[in-house]
Amino acid sequence: MSEAPPAPAAPEITAAERDELRRHGILLTSLEELYNWGRSNSVWPLQFGLACCAIEMIAASMARFDIARFGSEVFRPSPRQADLLIVSGTVTKKMAPQVVRLWNQMPEPKYCIAMGACAISGGPFKQGYNVLKGIDRFIPVDVYIPGCPPRPEALLHGLMQLQEQIRAQKISGPEAPRHLRPEASGEFPVPEFGGSDLVPPRNPDLWEPPTIVRAE
Amino acid sequence: MSAAGELAGLSAAPGTTVRAVNDPFHGDLLEVSMGPHHPSTHGVFRMMVTLDGETVVKLKPVFGYLHRNHEKLGENTTYLGSMPYTDRLDYLNSMTNNWAYALAVEKLSGQPVPERAEYLRIILAELTRLLNHTCLAGFLLQDTGCSGTPLMYAFREREHILDLFEALSGSRMMCNYQRFGGCRVDPTPGWLAAAARLVDGYGRFLDEYEALITGNEILMARTQGVGVLQPDLAVNAGATGPMLRACGVDYDLRKVDGYGFYPRFEFRVPLGDHGDTYDRYMIRVLEMRESIRILQQALRDLPAGPIIDAKAKNRGLRPKAGEAYGRIEGPKGEIGFYLISDGGPNPYRYRVRPPSFINLTVLEDMCLGQTVADAVVILGSVDIVLGEVDR
Repeated sequence: MSEAPPAPAAPEITAAERDELRRHGILLTSLEELYNWGRSNSVWPLQFGLACCAIEMIAASMARFDIARFGSEVFRPSPRQADLLIVSGTVTKKMAPQVVRLWNQMPEPKYCIAMGACAISGGPFKQGYNVLKGIDRFIPVDVYIPGCPPRPEALLHGLMQLQEQIRAQKISGPEAPRHLRPEASGEFPVPEFGGSDLVPPRNPDLWEPPTIVRAE
Repeated sequence: MSAAGELAGLSAAPGTTVRAVNDPFHGDLLEVSMGPHHPSTHGVFRMMVTLDGETVVKLKPVFGYLHRNHEKLGENTTYLGSMPYTDRLDYLNSMTNNWAYALAVEKLSGQPVPERAEYLRIILAELTRLLNHTCLAGFLLQDTGCSGTPLMYAFREREHILDLFEALSGSRMMCNYQRFGGCRVDPTPGWLAAAARLVDGYGRFLDEYEALITGNEILMARTQGVGVLQPDLAVNAGATGPMLRACGVDYDLRKVDGYGFYPRFEFRVPLGDHGDTYDRYMIRVLEMRESIRILQQALRDLPAGPIIDAKAKNRGLRPKAGEAYGRIEGPKGEIGFYLISDGGPNPYRYRVRPPSFINLTVLEDMCLGQTVADAVVILGSVDIVLGEVDR
C-alpha cells in the first residue's frame, strides 16, 4: 500500500503581510471570513422588551450610545425579520412560553443575548414563585450580560462579543453552527404554563442542574 | 359558530356609531390579540381587542406577564431590603417609588426627617417627574407613528437627568437613594450646580420640543377628541395623576396632602378641559414647566444640615405593631405603600397601590368606538409601566 504524500500545508499569511497587501489594494480573504463579516455587522435585534432592561436597550439605540455604530439599529417588530433575541428583563412563568415561541418563529441564523440578572438567573426576583430562573433553561443563550440593569455600554459590549463569536464560526465541517447543519434544529419545545409550574420546568437538552463535585 | 354570534349582546358605547353586532350585510367581528409581544404595548401588556372593521367594540386587558411577586418578596425581606425592590416597580421613576416607601415606613416607625433631606427628596422627585413626562412625550409620539425622532430628543434629555442620578446614587435607573429618616448621599456643591444648570436649560428644551410637536397638525388630528374620559368615571375608577387632572378634576396630592415641604413651594396645578389624549399630553408638558419652577425654588432655598436623622434606624428596623399608608404624587399618579407590622423585622403585609394599574382600568371605556390605531395612542397616553401594573 502506498500512501499519497501529505498535501503541503498552505503557507500561513501573517497579519503584517496582509496589511502590506491591503496597502497595495489587494484584499486577501476567504469566503468564510466574508460571510461572517457581513453577518456579524448586520445583526438585527427583535424589538421586544420585557422589563427594566428594555429601557436601557432603548437607551442603547438612542443618540448617546448609538447602537447603529455596530449595525444593529434596525429593531424589527416581527420575529420573522430578526436575527437576535435580546431577552431584556424578567421572564415570568406566564411569559416564558411566549418567549420560546418567539424564538421558534425567528429564522436561522439566530442568536440570543440574556440581558440582565433576571434573564440570566432570575436575579433579584429569583425567590419569586412566578419567575423563571434563567431563560437558558429553554433556549440556547450566546451571550450573558450581567447587571441590574446593565448599562447601555454593557449591552454594546455584549453585542461586540456576539459579533466576535459570529466571526469565529466555520462555514463547513462538524464545527459549523446550527444553521449550517441540516440535522440541527433551531426549534425548541415550548413549555406550557401549567397548574403550579412550567411543564416541563426545563429543557433537559439545554440545561442541567449544576452538579456539586467535592474533592476527596 | 361565528364570532359575531359569540359576541352577541355587546353594547356599543353611548354616543358612538358602532353598528349592530348581528348585521347580516357586513362581516363578522374580528378578535385581535395585541401583545404580549407587540411593539406598541409598552412592555408585555396584552389587549384582547374585538374589532368591527377598524372600530373597537370590546377591549379586554390581560395582565400578569410581568408578575414578579413584588408584594410576596416584600413580606419576606426586611424593611430596608425592600427598598431596592421598589426601584424596580416603576422602573422609570425609582426616586419617587423610594420616597413613597420611605414615607410609609417613617409613618409606621415614627421617624422624623431633617429639613435638607426633605428638600433633596423634592428635588429628586421633580427631576423624576421631568424624566418620566419627557419619556412619555417621546413614546406617545412614537405610538402615533412618528418613529424615532421625538424619542431621540426625549432620551437625549433623559440622559442628562440620569447623569445627575448616577453621580448622586451610583446607578442610572435603580437609584435606591432614600432611607428611612433621610437620604443616603449628600450631593456635592458641584452636583447642585449641575442640577441648577440642567433645570435652567430645561425650559429651552421644552420650548424646542413644543415648537416641533404641540401645534403639529397631525398630532392634533390624531389626539384631539380621541379617548375622552369623563370626569365622573375617572373619579369612580380611582384614576389619579395626570389622567385625572386632564379631565379637569383638581386633585394633586402635593396640594391635597401637602406631604414633604410642598406647601412651602409656589406652583400651579394644570388642569385639562376635555379629557382627551391631547389634554393628557398637554398636562404633562405643563406639569414639566411647573416642576421646573419647583426645582428652581428648591435649589435656591436648599438648607444646610444633616441629610439623615441622627437617630434614624434602617438596619434591623422592627417597628411596633401597627399599620401605615404612605402616598405621594408620583409622575403617574398616586403611588402608595400600605404596610402592616406585627413587630417583626419583616412587614406582615406589604401592599403597593400602583397608579398605572388603576389608571388602566378605564382603558376600555376610553377605547370603545375608536379605531384600533387610536387604541394604541390612548394606551400610550395612560402612561403605563408594566413593572408596576403587574408587580
